[in-house]
This record gives sequence, C-alpha cells and structure tokens, in this order.
Amino acid sequence: MQLTRRHVLGLTAGAAAFAVAGVQITPAFASAEDAEKLIMDFTGGATAAEGKISLTAPEIAENGNTVPVSVNVDSAMEGDDLVESVIILADGNPNPAVATFHFTEMSGEALATTRMRLAKTQNVIAVAKMKDGSFFMDKKQVKVTIGGCGG
Amino acid sequence: MASKPRIKVPKSASAGEVITIKTLISHEMESGQRKDKDGNPIPRQIINKFTCTFDEQVVFECDLDPAISANPYFEFNAKVPASGTFKFTWLDDDGSVYEAEAPIEVK
Amino acid sequence: MKRLLVAGVMVASVFAGSGPVLAEPVDDTLEIDGMPIITRTKAPEGHPFDEVLSGWLFREAETRDVERETIENPGMIAVEDGETMWNTVEGTEGKSCASCHNDAAETMKGVGARFPKWDADSKKPINIELQINKCRTEQMGAEALAFNKGGQQELTAYIKHQSLGMPVELDLTEGDMQSWWEKGKDVYYTRTGQLNLACASCHETAMGKFIRADHLSQGQVNGFPTYRLKSGLTSLHQRFRGCIRDTRAEQPKAFSDDLMALETYVTWRGTGLSVETPSVRQ
Repeated sequence: MQLTRRHVLGLTAGAAAFAVAGVQITPAFASAEDAEKLIMDFTGGATAAEGKISLTAPEIAENGNTVPVSVNVDSAMEGDDLVESVIILADGNPNPAVATFHFTEMSGEALATTRMRLAKTQNVIAVAKMKDGSFFMDKKQVKVTIGGCGG
Repeated sequence: MASKPRIKVPKSASAGEVITIKTLISHEMESGQRKDKDGNPIPRQIINKFTCTFDEQVVFECDLDPAISANPYFEFNAKVPASGTFKFTWLDDDGSVYEAEAPIEVK
Repeated sequence: MKRLLVAGVMVASVFAGSGPVLAEPVDDTLEIDGMPIITRTKAPEGHPFDEVLSGWLFREAETRDVERETIENPGMIAVEDGETMWNTVEGTEGKSCASCHNDAAETMKGVGARFPKWDADSKKPINIELQINKCRTEQMGAEALAFNKGGQQELTAYIKHQSLGMPVELDLTEGDMQSWWEKGKDVYYTRTGQLNLACASCHETAMGKFIRADHLSQGQVNGFPTYRLKSGLTSLHQRFRGCIRDTRAEQPKAFSDDLMALETYVTWRGTGLSVETPSVRQ
C-alpha cells in the first residue's frame, strides 16, 4: 500500500502531498494530550472500556471541512441501562473538542450523526458515559486528503 | 440572508415508536481560528447548543464546539409516547436563539 | 453500512492497483427524495465519450449520500434563500419575480434543463444569471446583480432546482447557438496557463485518474450551482474561473464571451444528465 501510494498522487506529487497524504502518521499530535485531558475530565479519571459504543466516520474524508460522524451506543435507554452523554474529540485539531451529545429515555436510542471539521489526518474519539457510571470508548482514524484542484 | 432552520420529522407514528429526526440550519460556524485579509483574528461565532424537546421533555441535546462544520446538521432518534410537538432551539454565541417546531400525531 | 463497504472496496482497489491509477466511476444509482436522477446516459452524437457521467459517480460514498435527501443537503439552504428572493419585491416597478412568473414550481420547471438559450436582443447565449439580470433591469426597474453578489447564486439555484431530475437538453438550432458551441469547443480544447492545461487535459484525457487525491470527473455542470464541502455554494463561472486559475492562466471575467461559449459547450457535453442542482461535491 505504501509503495503504490505514490501512484495515487498522480500528476503533481509534491513533497507536501507526501507529508499530508502519506500513510505514515506523525506519532504525536500537538493536541493529543489535550484530547486525553478532555477524556479524563469527562470520565472523572475513570478508564473507558472498549465495546458498546461504535463510532462511524469515513476512512478517507474527501474534504476536511465537512466530515460525517455518527455514534451508536448499545443500550436499552431505560432505567439504569441508559447512555447519558457522548463526547466526540478529534486529537489533531487545534482544539480537540468537537461535540457532546446528551441523551434521555425520550431519545429511544443512543444514536446521533453530525458533521465535523478535521484539520488533518487524525484520530476521532467517542466516549460514552452510562448512567451506571461506566464509560465506553471507540476510536477511528480519518485520513484527510488534499485535493488536486483548489477550484 | 437568515433562512429558516430545516427539519424533518415524520407526520405520524405509532405509540412508543422510535423515529428519526434530521435538522439543518444555516450558520457560518466561525471557528475563531481564521484570520481576515489584514491578518487579524476573526472572532469565534458559533451555534454552541442545540436542544430538541417533546412537550417540554428533553429528547436530545448537543453542545457544539468550533469543530462542527458550517450549516450544522443533526440526525438523532426520538421516542414518541403520544401526539405532541417537537421543539428545536439553536443558541448562538451572540445570544440569538433560532427556533422551529413540528407536530406529530400518534395513530 | 453497505454503502460504506462498497466505498471501502472501491478505495482499496484504487490504492492497491499498480501501474497507472484509474478508478472507475462507482456503480451506484441516485434518487433524491425518491426521484430518480440520471447520472449515467448515452452520449449525444459527436461526443468524445460513449457515456456521459455525472460528477456524483466520482465522489466518495459519504459525499454521495449527502445528495440523496434534500434535508441533508446544505445547498438546500441556498435554494430556500432563493425562494425568499423570488418573492421579494425590488426596483421601481414594485415587482418581484413572482409578480410575473407566479409559482416557480410550475413556471420554472424545465428552465434549468434548457439554459443557456439564445438571446435575440444581445445576440448571445444567455444563462440563468444573465436572464435574472435582464428581468431585473427591463421588467423590475432594479439594478443588475454583480457576479455572485446580492443572492445571484441563491436565486439561480432556486430556479434550476425546479428542474431537478429533468434531463439537460440544449436547443443549438436557435440563433447562432451552433457557432457559440464551436467557440466553446475551442476554449475547451485550448491549453492555457503556465501548466499548459486545457479543460480536456483533466476532464477528457485524464478523466477517472487522480490528480493528487482528487478523482477527476468529466467536469459536468448539471448540478450547478453546487454545494462544495470545501467552500459552500459555488456558481458555474466561479468554478470555471477556479479551474482556469489552477492552470495558472489569466482568468476570463464571469459571463465573458469565452465563458458563455464554454458554458454552452460544456452544458451540451452533459446532454441527458438530470439537473442535480444543488449537487454536493468535494
């Protein structure tokens, strides 16, 4: 995949294009720590487990200005089996906070979609807070491409 | 031009049914990260809160940060216990409140 | 989910292929709020391609999905603004568009599929934007709208949206439309700018290939004004000028003879495609 990437770059493969669109991801983003801190604030220091929550975002976003993102949490949405809120973070944006969804029994299902801005290729993180005090997390990397044509 | 918020709510549902609601509103969502032609920062102005209620009960809320795209779009679900009215409010940083509502009939 | 999987397969095939990168336009069908949209059709006689393909087929699944329901399409905000403008009285004659043309849903149906048309007064092709200005100055006693100003794009989008789903078909027998078509063809195939590119270099010769991360389409105009994820509502002449700027050439003025000829020719190249206004693109 890495070898063929250069073919994809096509007509005007510049150094900048490699840096941005390349498969290799810079290991540490400036705001990855900020994202971690926001998660800790949200969970009150508790560890978020895997499972229950699924985050849907494109593997490759055609434009970073408008990237669809959905969350779906497996929950009866009744009694103690209730999702109270879901925080969405993007750990490579100037400010990692994207949105916080709040659900109630009236939501019926803990499911929501919106559209976000991503400054570059990065991880999008969703953490769900359950009424029983537990937390669940999912994470997806979204590659943000740089178009050939400013137009 | 300030256009009306766009909302899509089914006209009817059966009692207890979970329906999907979609909303779209016109807004620049100025992030505060941009600069004007003279290099001065453009101040942030976003919609920071969206709320959907059904007969005064909260169904869904969202706190928005500047990373939400221009013309904020939401899709979410709602349980319909009886005939009633969904109300939607969007709060702007400048204090403006944009509102819309849609009735639903339980058959 | 199925759409995501299809997209995944498509993306994988693009990235995994060796040799020249060519990605077929996706095999997908479009309905907007249940109305069938022609995104792929047999090309008219004399066309360089066998099939004309909407730019919709060249976009990723997530972008394509935004166009399927008008409630999800941010371009519809502009269409509603255009509707407000349609009903707003302006100028010394105390008229709005609606004063003469009543309900746009009836009177403007089909208009967006047939423009540009021959304008006997100016002896040139006229597009929707210029027709609006003609009405404003001659009927409403209002000032002509400057390019992309004063709601020009929104009103154009509203008028064209009334023809949603209808196939594009120009009448080249009117006036000198044929010679403007020829002139537009010359513009289309003339290389310009420091990069020495013609419209045809990207949208005909390299159609289906990637220019960096952009999947090059046929450059069809059936969805203009279009909502670009990058920059919001975008008019056709804005897009023409953007493309030309990217070839590092001097940009012709909006509605100049060169660009009116190009609009005539490029619109013909999309003969048979449904009007998609406001389409959603990257």
